[in-house]
Amino acid sequence: MIRQDIHEYKNVWVFIEHNAGKIELVSLQLLSKAKEIARDLACDVCAFTVGADIKKLEKEVAEYGAKKFYIIENPVLKDYRTEPWRASISYLIAKNKPAVVLIGATALGRDLAGTVATELSAGLTADTTALDIDPQTKNLLMTRPTFGGNLMATIFCPDNRPQMSTVRPGVFEAIKNPAKMELIEDKFELKEEYVVKKILEKVQTGEDKLNLGFYDIIVAGGKGMGKKENFKLLETLADALGGTWAVSRQAVQLGWAHHTRQVGQTGQTVHPKIYIAAGISGAIQHLAGMKSSDIIVAVNTDPQAPIFEIATYGIVGDALKVLPKLTKLFKGKLKI
Amino acid sequence: MKKKDFDVIIVGAGPAGIAAAYKLATAGVKVIVIERGAFPGAKNVMGGIFYRNVLADLIPDFEKTAPLERHIIEQKMWLLSEDSVLGGGLRSEKFNKEPYNCYSVFRAKFDKWFAQKAIEAGALIINETVVKEPIVEDGKVVGIRTDRPDGDLYADVVIAADGINSLFTKALGLRESITPDKVALTVKEVIGLPEKVINDRFGVLNKYEGVTIELTGPFFQGMTTMGFIYTNRTSVSIGLGAIVEDLVHNKANINDMLEKLKAHPAVKPLIHDGETKEYMAHMIPEGGYFAIPKLYSDGFMVCGDAAMLVNAVHREGSNLAIESGKLAADTYLEAKKTGDFSAKKLSAYQKKMKNSFVLKDLKMYRHLPKMMEDKRQLLTKYPQFAIDAAFDIYKIDGVAKIDKIKAIKKRVAKLGYIRMAKDAFDMWRKIR
Amino acid sequence: MHSLVFIKQVPDAAQVRINYETGTLIREGVPAIINPFGAHAIEAAVQLKDKYGGTVSVLTMGPPMAEEILKKSLAMGADNAFLLSDMVFAGSDTLATSYALWAGAKKVAEEAGPIDIYWAGKQAIDGDTAQTGPGIATRFNIPLVTYAAEIKEVDKKNNTIKVSRVVDEGMETVQVPMPCLITTEETINTLRYAPLPYLIRAAQTGITLLNSSNTEIDSGQCGLKNSPTKVKKAFTPPKREKGEILKGSDETTLDTLYGKLEPMLKQCGKL
Repeated sequence: MIRQDIHEYKNVWVFIEHNAGKIELVSLQLLSKAKEIARDLACDVCAFTVGADIKKLEKEVAEYGAKKFYIIENPVLKDYRTEPWRASISYLIAKNKPAVVLIGATALGRDLAGTVATELSAGLTADTTALDIDPQTKNLLMTRPTFGGNLMATIFCPDNRPQMSTVRPGVFEAIKNPAKMELIEDKFELKEEYVVKKILEKVQTGEDKLNLGFYDIIVAGGKGMGKKENFKLLETLADALGGTWAVSRQAVQLGWAHHTRQVGQTGQTVHPKIYIAAGISGAIQHLAGMKSSDIIVAVNTDPQAPIFEIATYGIVGDALKVLPKLTKLFKGKLKI
Repeated sequence: MKKKDFDVIIVGAGPAGIAAAYKLATAGVKVIVIERGAFPGAKNVMGGIFYRNVLADLIPDFEKTAPLERHIIEQKMWLLSEDSVLGGGLRSEKFNKEPYNCYSVFRAKFDKWFAQKAIEAGALIINETVVKEPIVEDGKVVGIRTDRPDGDLYADVVIAADGINSLFTKALGLRESITPDKVALTVKEVIGLPEKVINDRFGVLNKYEGVTIELTGPFFQGMTTMGFIYTNRTSVSIGLGAIVEDLVHNKANINDMLEKLKAHPAVKPLIHDGETKEYMAHMIPEGGYFAIPKLYSDGFMVCGDAAMLVNAVHREGSNLAIESGKLAADTYLEAKKTGDFSAKKLSAYQKKMKNSFVLKDLKMYRHLPKMMEDKRQLLTKYPQFAIDAAFDIYKIDGVAKIDKIKAIKKRVAKLGYIRMAKDAFDMWRKIR
Repeated sequence: MHSLVFIKQVPDAAQVRINYETGTLIREGVPAIINPFGAHAIEAAVQLKDKYGGTVSVLTMGPPMAEEILKKSLAMGADNAFLLSDMVFAGSDTLATSYALWAGAKKVAEEAGPIDIYWAGKQAIDGDTAQTGPGIATRFNIPLVTYAAEIKEVDKKNNTIKVSRVVDEGMETVQVPMPCLITTEETINTLRYAPLPYLIRAAQTGITLLNSSNTEIDSGQCGLKNSPTKVKKAFTPPKREKGEILKGSDETTLDTLYGKLEPMLKQCGKL
């Protein structure tokens, strides 16, 4: 095995994911968590990223408590592309030797992390939901779900550095912790003509966010909603709750919604604080994607529906009638 | 030139189909088997006792590689009433010497092994494909149509081994739809137990020796029901089957019946603390000899359950299936010599079957299904009487033996001497 | 055009059950299937073959029983199937796995010709890491296109391919030269019900076995020993407490529901 000398590696690094000048919330969440880890390891939290015109991110990063902010600016890095980002970030990490690297488990993060870890022969743990430091060995302990969440595994990486982990958005809380931060700009040679991947087109899907994991309240609908138009009820309730709406696989297959909103084994796995399942029967493949939600509210006309087995609160009734009533109720009481 | 993709197409990769495929492939025939399950055995259920002799001449030394559970050294017969069992059986060291008579097996494992042997011999097996219907030209079966795109295949002969719900025999008009009185619904549960526990409970010394128990009796409320308990290495198979018409008539639920059987005081100690590993159900032909369709037509032969070849009395089905597959293969090999696959030539199959134990046994018991239907007392009053009489004899309660015999005679009189004699005579006459 | 699809045999994760006493998974009786995302990758490769000609090879790293999914792949329209199986790979994490598959892929190219597109499912439903595809692409130093939802166009003259992929904000279309590596979303296609001739041909096609003796592979980068990440412990998540079904579905019921949700809503800062 290719190993590194672990004693040469120090500090906890957090990847700052950004888009159009805005920092992804998960990166700020990781900066906050990194503070705890750095304290246990008696070292510093540093932020890092690459891109074009990113110096302006400095202010916000500093609010969350990083000692240093490593950046590489290059026009070739303007939009995310695996190859130039992998090359520049691997360079930064190899040069500065952090002990830990945390990356948000967004689509971008998961695309990036796997390539960087391979390039550096580092150990990478994906989609972690808990991070701790082993008091004896000082190794990072990364816990993650496997088998669709049926089994949790705690992973460690004793002989390789950095210890890399992608972390699910929403697992940790972003807490402001302003500190004096040093911006360190490095250079990396990149020429556009040598980057073979070209981005031809980018299509924003409205206000939609791919990552349902950003939300702490999700209102999901399934076949029981009857037709595509009824999904508006999910959206209005979600808005009233300050959350988002999602769908089951059947709904996607019926063409009622885009796959980006699918929760389940072949969709996204979510664990919001509140998950409202309306007109969803509760097939095991769907449960695999949401059963670790804190509170599950199920609304279904069939009292035998499997969803009631895992629901915290169940309502046997017609979702088409119940949802609007809930919307009215929450609108009156919540300060959204 | 006649269109032909294969020499023989076999529908169904159960014991009948695979036996035919193996025999044909070994003889160099280009044969393909179309199976609708995910793998051979996926859709098959049987009680679990497999008889050695039908396979021994087909695959000598099959015992060395086949997945076999226990060889059976004791076969018991139980008459069950609500609270009692009257039984007997044969246990013999002769059954404990190789070659063994029969084994307990798991259909899924066994069929997979058997199918692999056929593949090694050169047969092609296609899974997850349903044969919808035969392709018939000028009254002759020339191929099959499957549910897949580009799914037609042509051959000299099609052998249907597609089980009790055979689409083929229906499509060719060789038999009417099965009526509820000609078929039994069987359920079976496999209960996991440690090997030593099974050894101790069934009185054997090691994990290779096995015991079977067949059961019937008034416990089943007059329905024609046969139950069984078979020992596997680390599990016990328990199940029962009843004629569908009986179930409907009595508004009985077969799953409830199995639960009741498991709770019977004589059965519970054998399986308690076990863990249910599997639960399955299947239909079994029970029509007997008279339900057997014509076994051949132009370019076509039928084997196994598709031909209703099950001997319920002796719980034999898979060996009849295998034998029929072998004989169908032999018939093809003879027909191939002259290239004549007409019904006339293939009628040799019917002749071979008539001369084999398959039809001979079924013929012997041909009256049994009807008789069981007509004479319910065979399963209710008579066994109950025997159980009660035995109980009286065994109970020591101060009543003189002569008085007990008198009481029993009175009860026989109630049943009717003439009636009993007639029944006995009928049975003797019909099983010949 | 030659495609190589990496596939994996996995237990059907939706069907595994939990033994809460021992804190382990009950895998007995759980069918082993071809990773669904990988199956869609095979279908995508076969669709390109239908359109542009060429061949499709599949490669899997696994125990001998992984042969089953190779047979299935052939029945889906693949032409060649390779099983990379060796005790030396046991216990590999994603880094060691991407290494082994990279070595195996090089051997496939030797046997079946140079490869234009490497394919993989976006992730496996047991490990759920999504790291193997990116790892292989890095080792080959070829462009990586993850979360592919549509193959838009293959330009054979310029040897490029246009792919539409899912990103956090929506979709983007990228163009990369071949060879490249694409990982597929489930939505990229619908698996066809294969024509009978595919199945017949599959039944007649053998599987090529690759292992450490016939494939150039450094065992010092394989297996549990040479995997940077190791499992410290595995445990089952706590069982959900049984919930309650509220009476009725009218306004009073919803008020009750609100009362029960109130503490959590407060915690989320909604009140």
